[in-house]
Amino acid sequence: MLHIVNKSASERSSLDSCLKLAIKGSAVLLIEDAVYAVTKGNTAAAKIQAAQADLKIYALGPDLAARGMAGRVLDGVNVVDYGGFVDLVAEHSNCQSWL
Amino acid sequence: MQFGILINEGPYNHEASDSAYLFARTAIEKGHTVPRVFFYHDGVNNSTRMAEPPQDDRNVTQRWSKLAEEHGIDLVVCVAAALRRGVKDELLAPGFRISGLGQLVEMGIQYDRLVTFGD
Amino acid sequence: MSDMDMEDDGSGIVKKFMFLNRKAPHGTVYALEGLEVVLITAAFDQDVSLVFTDDGVYQLMKGIDTKGIEVKDFSKTYRALEGYDIEKLYVDRSSMEARGLTEDDLIVDVTVMSDDEMKSLMAEQDVVISF
Repeated sequence: MLHIVNKSASERSSLDSCLKLAIKGSAVLLIEDAVYAVTKGNTAAAKIQAAQADLKIYALGPDLAARGMAGRVLDGVNVVDYGGFVDLVAEHSNCQSWL
Repeated sequence: MQFGILINEGPYNHEASDSAYLFARTAIEKGHTVPRVFFYHDGVNNSTRMAEPPQDDRNVTQRWSKLAEEHGIDLVVCVAAALRRGVKDELLAPGFRISGLGQLVEMGIQYDRLVTFGD
Repeated sequence: MSDMDMEDDGSGIVKKFMFLNRKAPHGTVYALEGLEVVLITAAFDQDVSLVFTDDGVYQLMKGIDTKGIEVKDFSKTYRALEGYDIEKLYVDRSSMEARGLTEDDLIVDVTVMSDDEMKSLMAEQDVVISF
């Protein structure tokens, strides 16, 4: 399953809930304000790193760049553009947005 | 592949409509189709032709109308959500039409993927 | 035109639809308008599950009284779902416990799931609509 999270982890619990309920092997794509969670020094960074054991973590590059965060991404996080976003949706048989 | 898109928020207040637009445009560029986009909750506010955003920024409504015209996308505004928010036929921008929630359910049944953009 | 006049789409396709409810009622419109989608979906003979997690569990509270805030009380609609053959309502135990709630606090019968059960339920859905 592809999980899409769009709110900042420091504003909303969506990322926490997603990581709690995403089955092993799922992909999690962070878009919009959620991208801050994959930046070095963010309080969510440890959660992201722990989640990488079971989940593939992606972040939308244009949203990182729009927030001045492109150079600060945690190791192991896959940065994708909108083409990659489309591919992720196509490649996974189902998707779920955590709003 | 056929992608359906659900947009739950209005223009400018949230990034949802922008993210959805870029997703739709890119999906089409990659050879997929986006037969319908459904606007629900405050998403109905994407449909009004009265908006006059500043010239140096994107016009959210107009670019949906343009994408719809270029690629045959059905832009559907939920009747119940629209009535609640005072969005009526006479206010709609080109390419948008008001219809029922059944159009959203049909997207889920008939298309390969349905992606929600919201708050 | 009435939404309730719609019939199924005639394709014979049956998919697993999951409606994801994560927000409390009344502070935002999502609980009410989410329920409206569910009612319409009933006419389409799909395999429908409703999931209430995080603050979404609050939508199912007994004893709701909206007179003081002068908004429509739609809480009884959850009890009417059964009449529409929408019977698969799920909540996760961890969301209930985090809010000091038990099944006795809820207005309808639900299936309470562990996190692992909820993970599996979500992973097997065809279509997930989030509000």
